[in-house]
Amino acid sequence: MRDVAVIGIGCTKFGELWDKSFRTLFIEAGEMAISDAGLSGDQIDEIFIGNMSAGRFVGQEHVGALIADYSGLATNNIPATRVEAACASGGLAFRQAFTSVASGMADIVVAAGAEKMNDVGTEETTDVLAAAADREWEGIAGVTFPGLYAMIARDYMNKYGLTREQLAAVAVKNHDNGLHNPIAQFPTKITIEGVMSSSLVADPIRLLDCSPVTDGAAAVILCPLERAHEFTDTPIQVLASTQASATIALHDRQDISTLDATVAAGNRAFKMSGLERSDIDFVEVHDCFTIAELCAIEDLGFCKKGEAGKLTEEGETARHGKIPVNTSGGLKSCGHPVGATGVKQIYEVVLQLRGEAGKRQIDAEIGMTHNVGGTGATVVCNILGRA
Amino acid sequence: MSVPRFWREQQNRYNLIGTHCTTCNTYYYPPRILCPKCRREGKVVEHQFKGTGTVVTYSIIRSASDQFNDLTPYVIAIIELDEGTRLTSQVICEIDEMYIGMPVKRVFRRLGEDGESGPIFYGTKFVPA
Ligand SMILES: [Zn+2]
Repeated sequence: MRDVAVIGIGCTKFGELWDKSFRTLFIEAGEMAISDAGLSGDQIDEIFIGNMSAGRFVGQEHVGALIADYSGLATNNIPATRVEAACASGGLAFRQAFTSVASGMADIVVAAGAEKMNDVGTEETTDVLAAAADREWEGIAGVTFPGLYAMIARDYMNKYGLTREQLAAVAVKNHDNGLHNPIAQFPTKITIEGVMSSSLVADPIRLLDCSPVTDGAAAVILCPLERAHEFTDTPIQVLASTQASATIALHDRQDISTLDATVAAGNRAFKMSGLERSDIDFVEVHDCFTIAELCAIEDLGFCKKGEAGKLTEEGETARHGKIPVNTSGGLKSCGHPVGATGVKQIYEVVLQLRGEAGKRQIDAEIGMTHNVGGTGATVVCNILGRA
Repeated sequence: MSVPRFWREQQNRYNLIGTHCTTCNTYYYPPRILCPKCRREGKVVEHQFKGTGTVVTYSIIRSASDQFNDLTPYVIAIIELDEGTRLTSQVICEIDEMYIGMPVKRVFRRLGEDGESGPIFYGTKFVPA
């Protein structure tokens, strides 16, 4: 296997982008990444795009070819593949691109993610997202996606005595980070009281525990590490890229509040990189709901089960804490265009490692990403470091 | 959900019929035709569940998709059947009644419908035992 580096990154503003189409969003992010790497389009060998549900959100399938075409690359007839693993689609696209370069099959590969969610109404969105779980045996009972994570939260609170305030502290911390992120959908300060008085969506989950519905796209460019200096002075090496699966339905997990796929993908990432938990300076985790961030911190092994609430409350996951989590603002404040999120996490880690994260910059040499599909049926982890 | 997609599983949904791997003595509901523990060595047969169990965890859905919006707020739960397997179902009871560990039993109820003129789906829900 060859060593692989990220040489270019791009990401659109996240939000309700009424004036932009699905393809416009992708092209914007792709152009930024290509120009960041100083590439000509002709040098690109292959594209992978993560997208959960363009078919339902904008009525468009065959997204790989569409993207290649509107990127001006159809004339070169390069392979362009759409990959899907619900909210982990972006992470999956990155891992596919990594595999393609590492194997020697291709040299310059684009990993992108895009989702346009605001073209349909709220109830339709709820139904599309429910497809990330088991439609025939969970969805048919009327369980929503927030409802599934609410059942995780209830189980967790019952087992470990997590308080409602500790859960709210996750959202408050992520908004404090998002406040300094120019692409964030909700760069607004919120309070514990504000979270706790927001409307109930699925008890005990309230509106401000949930990541928003978002339009957005992100793209990064990978190449063999040995060629990286042709394109950039600050290549970021991919030290590990791993993926794991678990049962599609939440009810089939051994422990409702442990994401087995996070444990597996995390362990594989540490094995692949040869690093310890203490080597990781910061991590972007999949906080689709506040409870998801706490489970992620624990299941990745940064603290013991049941302790992440206290860790958060004590400020240890804030930008200047022991293990900063979601410096981008996370899915919660930055936004969650489902197919784009996994690539946006890479974007944030690369910005931080290059020292280009502006007001939210932390001192870091090694960062990790954690991207979840459904309630944990797919998890992708990546570890990146300065080359 | 489309008519064929629903009716294919109707016996299982109406009557709480799942499967049992006689090789390792594990029960499955929703039914699995391949035992994940035994794979090719597994002998999987149909099994009628008793329909009694306990609440493992639950939530109250306040905001739902079109198909379920007129039911809100409603209780959703993961239930462990006495045979040891778990499923996701609505529980029909007062919201305040719910607690982890609550004994429940199955009942036959309308699950939903596909649009205003579409078919009405029936199946299993649970009530306090
Ligand atoms: Zn078996």
